[in-house]
Amino acid sequence: MAFPEPKPKKPELPKKLVQTLECKQGAVRAVRFNVDGNYCLTCGSDKSLKLWNPHKGTLLKTYSGHGYEVLDAAGSFDNSQLCSCGADKTVVLWDVASGQVIRKFRGHAGKVNCVQFNEEATVILSGSIDSSVRCWDCRSRRPDPIQILDEAKDGVSSLKVSDYEILSGSVDGRVRRYDLRAGELYSDYVGSPVTSVCFSKDGQCTLAASLDSTLRLLDKDTGELLGEYTGHKNTAYKLDCCLSEKDTHVASCSEDGQVYFWDLVEGSLTLSLPVGRGVVQSLSFHPSEPGLLTASEGRVQFWREETHTAEEQPPAC
Amino acid sequence: MAASEASDSEEEELAGYGTALEPLPEGERIKKPVPLQEQTVKDEKGRYKRFHGAFSGGFSAGYFNTVGSKEGWAPSTFVSSRQKRADKTVLGPEDFMDEEDLSEYGIAPKEITTTDDFASKPKDRIKEKARQIAGVTASIPGATALDDLIAPAKITIGVELLRKMGWKEGQGVGPRVKRKPRKQKPDPEVKVYGCALPPEGSEGSEDEEDEYQPENVTFAPKDVMPVDLTPKENVHGLGYKGLDPTKALFGVSGGEHPSLFTDGSEKTSNLLGDLRHSKGRKLGISGQAFGVGALEEDDDDIYATETLSKYDTVLKDEEPGDMLYGWTAPKQYKNKKGMEKEVRYIGKILDGFSLASKSSAPKKTYLPPDLPRDYRPVHYFRPVITARNENPLLLQALAESTGKRETDTPQQNRHTLNASQRRELLGETALKGPSPSVLEYLSGKDKERIKEAKQAAEQQMKTQTLPQQSLNISSSSDGVNHKWQMALGEQLATPGSSDFKPFAKNPEKQKRYEDYVESLKQGQKDTPESHSDPGMTEWERGREREEFFHAAVLYKSSNSVLSSRFTRAKHEDDTDKVEVPRDQEMDIDDKESAVKMKMFGKLTRDKFEWHPEKLLCKRFNVPDPYSDSSIVGLPKVKRDKYSVFNFLTLPESTTTTITQTTNEKIQQNINPNKPKKPSRWDVSDKEKKKNDSVSEFLSLARSKVDIQQQQPESVIEEDRSRTNEPLPNKAVNESTDPKKEEESRPSMDLFKAIFASSSDEKSSSSEEDSDEETHQTPSAMPNSESTKPANLPDASSADVQECMAVTKEPDLVPPLLKEELDKKEEFGPRLPPVFFSKTTQKHEPVPLASSLEANQKEKPKKNKEKHKAKREHKHKKEKKKKHKKHRHKGKHKNKKSEKNSSSETADSSDSLSDIEEEITDLSSQELLRRLKHLPAMKQ
Repeated sequence: MAFPEPKPKKPELPKKLVQTLECKQGAVRAVRFNVDGNYCLTCGSDKSLKLWNPHKGTLLKTYSGHGYEVLDAAGSFDNSQLCSCGADKTVVLWDVASGQVIRKFRGHAGKVNCVQFNEEATVILSGSIDSSVRCWDCRSRRPDPIQILDEAKDGVSSLKVSDYEILSGSVDGRVRRYDLRAGELYSDYVGSPVTSVCFSKDGQCTLAASLDSTLRLLDKDTGELLGEYTGHKNTAYKLDCCLSEKDTHVASCSEDGQVYFWDLVEGSLTLSLPVGRGVVQSLSFHPSEPGLLTASEGRVQFWREETHTAEEQPPAC
Repeated sequence: MAASEASDSEEEELAGYGTALEPLPEGERIKKPVPLQEQTVKDEKGRYKRFHGAFSGGFSAGYFNTVGSKEGWAPSTFVSSRQKRADKTVLGPEDFMDEEDLSEYGIAPKEITTTDDFASKPKDRIKEKARQIAGVTASIPGATALDDLIAPAKITIGVELLRKMGWKEGQGVGPRVKRKPRKQKPDPEVKVYGCALPPEGSEGSEDEEDEYQPENVTFAPKDVMPVDLTPKENVHGLGYKGLDPTKALFGVSGGEHPSLFTDGSEKTSNLLGDLRHSKGRKLGISGQAFGVGALEEDDDDIYATETLSKYDTVLKDEEPGDMLYGWTAPKQYKNKKGMEKEVRYIGKILDGFSLASKSSAPKKTYLPPDLPRDYRPVHYFRPVITARNENPLLLQALAESTGKRETDTPQQNRHTLNASQRRELLGETALKGPSPSVLEYLSGKDKERIKEAKQAAEQQMKTQTLPQQSLNISSSSDGVNHKWQMALGEQLATPGSSDFKPFAKNPEKQKRYEDYVESLKQGQKDTPESHSDPGMTEWERGREREEFFHAAVLYKSSNSVLSSRFTRAKHEDDTDKVEVPRDQEMDIDDKESAVKMKMFGKLTRDKFEWHPEKLLCKRFNVPDPYSDSSIVGLPKVKRDKYSVFNFLTLPESTTTTITQTTNEKIQQNINPNKPKKPSRWDVSDKEKKKNDSVSEFLSLARSKVDIQQQQPESVIEEDRSRTNEPLPNKAVNESTDPKKEEESRPSMDLFKAIFASSSDEKSSSSEEDSDEETHQTPSAMPNSESTKPANLPDASSADVQECMAVTKEPDLVPPLLKEELDKKEEFGPRLPPVFFSKTTQKHEPVPLASSLEANQKEKPKKNKEKHKAKREHKHKKEKKKKHKKHRHKGKHKNKKSEKNSSSETADSSDSLSDIEEEITDLSSQELLRRLKHLPAMKQ
């Protein structure tokens, strides 16, 4: 006799501040979880990149080597490598343990806004203000990119990679999805400069934040509008958006110092989390648990759900 | 030894094997084993054995390598010859050997051991052990036991059979003979080369007579030596063989030790020519190169004298019967009558068999076939004359020489078909590229003409068919013509299109020629006749036909040669064209409206064919969707380089008339969500084209400043209200600021767009330069890096006019321009400032940054004051200047300082005010000075 399935818990949103990381690296341009959510990376405007354990609030390593402020970073699937990009027009591949620069990819004509590893960390994709996405090969020593995706008419502000797709949001108001498997490029016009894009966890939708203070959930296949999320303020800055760990909610930074949560299906504002006084520039959602990292004014805050207790903390380090 | 003793003693029941160990003495400890370096080797006599050489393992000869003994040198056996003079003692090698030499492992062991031939099996202990282990560990235990039982046969079955029949090694095969074995010796008269052996004929004969021969004794026939076919590899003389140590002792104790002596003697017998037996030599050392040994008794005739009698003086057949077939080549006994008898089997006839009385029929031989008289044993390849051969005369000659007219069409032979003919047969479409048909070049009129000519020809043909057929010559040439018509195919000279006029002097003839070629092309056989002059004789006609023929071929061949040399370019290298993506994203206007209506989907989506790089697919573990195409990215097409259509997708038009632009901008601004300002790359492109028009533009603008002053103002008001302010803090401030207008600041891109060309042409294209410049001069421009230009993505471009008006002031243009260059990098959504200054006032102060906060709180006020002061100052100073300009300048500075303050990090907060002072005090001269530095830095 089988027990009945426990009633699925109502998804909780991270509301409780559990850690505050004083990064001491100027403005935190981006904060990113690693692949399993145990660590996070902060990109500072003082040219440094830092690795933290947000659960314990400890600084693990500082990676210095950028020539200008670091704008984005990503960790590889095996946590062995990091890549970061910055206003010094370079994309840097780091060795996590030693903190050494493995490679520096130069070729972008302007500052590099976003960077992503592909699934196997064999390719680094970087989107730059020079309106190109460049695919750098980590395997070979060739200095030039494998391919340059220069279809964007304006700077590329955000980039995401799935196992066979490259999703890029550009200031020209388009979300472009390069499907490598089908060999096709889908360009969805959003109407306003796109600041951030992301895939839904199920891979069926794309979320695009644009400078008209609107988040749009688009069907990946048809480009149809599935949802629109408004209420926050995003008119000037490149702010991040994301989906919660179970695709139940949509989260976005705002220029009024809060993080807004909407119900994905209903589109209703469920939570506005006051984070700080300044612009919340970057956020990152834990890949599997209701945990949120927000970056505002040089500090990173780690938020968990209300029921979260310290015992649940995964063993860090 | 112990075993034998044990068995001998009858009283003991036990049988012991091996040497018994000495019983250990009681109470005595076992000695430690002697280490290897202290071990010594002694021989039986207790002498220390010396090893000669590390590897030779030699034996010690004599007494410490002397011939003597411990007692000195003395003959081992001295027998006085007085008593025993008669019996000569024969000394063998053994007499000079030590005992150990004769022991089991010496060079001449005396013990009788089993040889390999008779040993059941060679005992290899290691192998034995390995086999035992293998037998235990094998999957089937005892499987190796079979290996023990079954040993490979060492001797062949033939030898085995012979042995069973009584044959022994060294004997010949055949029935035993009664002769004396000595008889087998070669004739003494046989010539021996090299060192002659002692003559023995007389000796032998004496032996023969002396020897007693019992009646019933038979001898085995002499063994026939197989022909030794080993090649001569040394440089010795023929038949010479150096001293072989294994043979050194032959002959003396031959029978005694099979392993050493018999074998060796048997093997060497052929080399020494079996002569040693007859000679009765007792000693072994008998090379031809050695003289008479010390032990040799008969030292006669060492130096053999060559006598003529030894040579043959008469030419005669060699005498058979020396039985040395193995030594010399078989002879031909021609004089012998019965050849068959000679080869008759002389062996023992088995029971139940008898020799055939009559020989079998001789083999029938077949003579080779009679060759034909004119047969030449060399194959003659006919030259392959294809229809495409360029020598028509040869072909014609060949065709005629064969006698048969090639009336059958060449299509029947697939090898003679050319590509186009094959294509026709296969029904494929013609290639468009390299070999266009000349017909395609013809104008419609020409085609008409050809058609007419063809029709005429057909008619004429009909009328002339009968007479033509009656003519033999024409029919024959028809065949040739037809052939050629096929051969020439489409590449025939076309009179209309080519300048090849072989008969230009005779227009009539030329015309006929052209007709002829045409008709050939049309595939008509007998057209030459139809076009020929009716007044011509048959012969003339024939000649002309030939002439035309050759002319056509000549032209065709050269034509084809040339055409084969060149291929048509695959890509036209058109310099006026530029590659642009084949698929352009659709017009934005439609999308704009679709977005407004929230009709996402098909209306807003563009789908393109996109080719990922192969390597990228590989890295993504995705199969290449276009594995057979070499395109990467979007497929490109050629378009006119300067075509407007290439830039149609750009939202901004670049008209030069001011009113037009203004109007347009206004219109565009009415759109609340103006899609975007063009990217800087686009701008730069346009600017390049606009370069020449900029000056004109400026002059026009200058004259119309007054007009614009009113116009833009309204625009600005409108615009600002719509436009979301880039800096939130600023927006807050501005709302309280009475001088709102100052905040509406033109887009930096527009500044750039206009002034890039006038100041630095490169700046628009080379982004890096300006960027580097900003890096290089941080001290000169402390806020250049940290300032974020308010570069609104949705900034109204209507400000162009305004901006234009401002920048027309000669002394103000450079500073502004410089600013633009510094801030050029920024566009698109900006990054928030590092720390907030003004807006934070409203929020509760964060304890950590309290000190910083205090600084920041004070700072803005200071700034404002300074700005105001500055503005006033400027007003005073530049009274004459236009109000607008003042505003702009003031606003600019204001902004700059503001940004500066906001972007300063906590570290530099202390020195902030100083910097601000410096910045705000920047005069136009200072800016000008910096600007002068600028080009140098760029280079």
